[in-house]
Amino acid sequence: MSSVLILFAHPALEKSRTNRLLLEACQSVDRVTLNDLYQEYPDFDIDVDREQRLLLEHDYILLHHPMYWYSSPAMVKQWEDLVLEHGWAYGREGKALVGKKMLNVMTTGGPRKAYEEVGYNRFTIRQFLAPFDQTAYLCNMIYLPPFVVHGTHRLSEPEMHRYASQYKSLLTMLTTDQIDLEDAKTRRYLNELLID
Amino acid sequence: MNQTVLIQAMVYLASGVLFVPIAKRLGLGSVLGYLLAGVMIGPAVLGLVGDEGHDIMHFAEFGVIIMLFLVGLELEPERLWKLRTPVLGLGGLQVLLTAVLTGGLALTTGLPWQPSLALGMILAMSSTAIVLQTLNEKGLMQTAAGQNTFAVLLFQDIAVIPILAIMPLLATYPMASGPDHNAHTALLDSFPGWLRPVAVIGAVVGLVLIGRYVMRPVFRIIARTGMREVFIATALLMVASISVLMEMVGLSPALGAFVAGVVLANSEYKHELESDIDPFKGLLLGLFFISVGAAINFELIVENPLLVIGIVVVVMAAKALILAVLGKLFRLKTDQNLLFSLGLCQVGEFAFVLFSFASQNGILAKETVDLMTAVVAISMGMTPLVFLVNEKLLLPRLGTKELVDKEQDTIEENNPVIVAGFGRYGNIVGRFLRANNIGTTVLDFDSDRVDTLRKLGMKVYYGDASRYDLLKSAGAEHAKLMIIALDSPEKALDLVETVKKHFPHLEILVKAIDRDDTYDFMDAGLTHVYRETVDSSLRMGVDAMTLLGFRAYQSQRAARLFLKHDEKALAELAAVRHDRKQYFSSARRRIRELEELLSSDENDRWLKDIEDGWDPESLRNEVKQMNP
Repeated sequence: MSSVLILFAHPALEKSRTNRLLLEACQSVDRVTLNDLYQEYPDFDIDVDREQRLLLEHDYILLHHPMYWYSSPAMVKQWEDLVLEHGWAYGREGKALVGKKMLNVMTTGGPRKAYEEVGYNRFTIRQFLAPFDQTAYLCNMIYLPPFVVHGTHRLSEPEMHRYASQYKSLLTMLTTDQIDLEDAKTRRYLNELLID
Repeated sequence: MNQTVLIQAMVYLASGVLFVPIAKRLGLGSVLGYLLAGVMIGPAVLGLVGDEGHDIMHFAEFGVIIMLFLVGLELEPERLWKLRTPVLGLGGLQVLLTAVLTGGLALTTGLPWQPSLALGMILAMSSTAIVLQTLNEKGLMQTAAGQNTFAVLLFQDIAVIPILAIMPLLATYPMASGPDHNAHTALLDSFPGWLRPVAVIGAVVGLVLIGRYVMRPVFRIIARTGMREVFIATALLMVASISVLMEMVGLSPALGAFVAGVVLANSEYKHELESDIDPFKGLLLGLFFISVGAAINFELIVENPLLVIGIVVVVMAAKALILAVLGKLFRLKTDQNLLFSLGLCQVGEFAFVLFSFASQNGILAKETVDLMTAVVAISMGMTPLVFLVNEKLLLPRLGTKELVDKEQDTIEENNPVIVAGFGRYGNIVGRFLRANNIGTTVLDFDSDRVDTLRKLGMKVYYGDASRYDLLKSAGAEHAKLMIIALDSPEKALDLVETVKKHFPHLEILVKAIDRDDTYDFMDAGLTHVYRETVDSSLRMGVDAMTLLGFRAYQSQRAARLFLKHDEKALAELAAVRHDRKQYFSSARRRIRELEELLSSDENDRWLKDIEDGWDPESLRNEVKQMNP
């Protein structure tokens, strides 16, 4: 049994149908804590103590956000800057997060094929996520491939619902320890584990 | 002023002041108290008042006129429409069947058909004052029985008007007309025949037009003076003028007052008029009940105790029977039906008015009126006892008490937010919400402002927001938030109390002026309290820091941190305030608190936390240690 902390960051959730559905899906899974950062800290004054306590209480850290300019919305960066303190998350004394698992859950407007070396975005999602990968590494966490919802601009209603139920399956898989971490690490996206 | 008038006033007031609280305490209701007071000072016991009692009763009938004006004010067309089935169906059938049955019983005693019919119509009335007061006290107004009872009483109130119109046609005895009666109708009599109907119709149309197009601007001008007594005087003047006008053309003053009430029912001054005139209605009705009590002919009762009591029992039983059948027909459950039929089975205060009208117009014989006045008074006196018997003896046997039905069928406003006070503070909140398409209903006490806002198409009510009925018509039952931005902390606390008592589902956000009322609001259990100056003071502080050369973002962060710290300190001080109240005067307390706050500000421990993540100090040290 493992616990999952979803650090959700969307500055305009009221405009994102896909993310609203994804959030709905995650709320019915046991041992999942949703931490809605823009709702908690509308003025960006992050409560560092609270955030560190939440991190200590969970095994999986999911950074759930839309992809903005090939990275996350500003709140995620603010969160990293303030919460992952030297001497706590990293550095010689910073061992608080050792062994925890971290991954990104992202929605992108562009289709999957745009994120190829030959596509118009020229880099893959994994390449864009290098800073997160390295952050996890420096904090002695295990970084897992992302769960990605591509092409949100053109998603039909049934497709959105399919992604939402995939997200739910992913969370169930993580909380009930049914994931083979070694196998998972070799995947491009965690979505691949869920195509049944 | 004539001394005897003062002595009379003393006698009447003293009896009311003495007996009403006693009756209330005994659970008998204020009406019974007034009646008892009247009996005490009347010829039967102390004999402090004599024949002038009738003149006073005549004067006090103005209370009934005011009551009908208030009934009209309550009768917004939409509200009437929603209640149409119970009012017309249940109420109409009740009046019709009771009049026929009791009239038929009167016929069997050998009375001619005209007085029998008049008697039947009079006995069909129930007591609005006693029944509504009792149901309210017991919190039963929202039950099915309460709602249906209200509907029946409403119909009876309206039915008085056609009854007053029909009664003169039933006259068989010589007129016992008072001098005033002739004096007023003389004007109409001097008109040629063809002009009379024109004058009557003209008076009513004029009344509606004046109510609609003249009274509202007049009330606005008066309200602008901010002098409450002038507003009250204007309202009373209006009702009095209507009465005179109606009498001049030979119509019932009560009808005129009722029409004026309906015309003003949709105006923004509705609630203000209600609350201002209501005490006069109460006092005059009280006076009316006292004079009724004084006029009860006890000799008659002592002479024929069995006859009087027999009539009381027969009348109440007949009324209850018809009500119970109708309750069944309108699908009331047994327990609700008991409450409904027993609650309404007395004869009401309108009967006194109708009796005096009937005897003045030669419809009923004086002996009949005397006898029946005693019957009516006794049946009213029995009402609290009937309620008690129903509650203690009948209902427990049923074991099926219906839960209070929370559903209200008269929704007047549906906005999620109610803003009380649209002054400097409230208008910013209100505009902000409105700009975001959030429906707001505004309550305000400034007539100019109300006028302007209404012109802009906003839902604005003029009046004292802490009043239950005003909140109710502002849609408090269906709203989610109550925003209180009143300038007076006392009023705001009143409002908080009313909201907590009657609309506990409403989330309250309140503006506070200073620390003292902030504490009061916190003591009242509110969590969303906003000191009106704190945010702009801090913004000024931020700009001051920035102008001195601090980085803008640093000043901003410091201000937000300061606010958090200050709110925490405030909560702590609120907690210890009560102990301290005993030791310090409020001025010394305030100085003491300021000292404590200032000393806690100096300690910059609370300033450091947030910056650790952005502070490279520890990282720099570690790097130096690794590569010395």
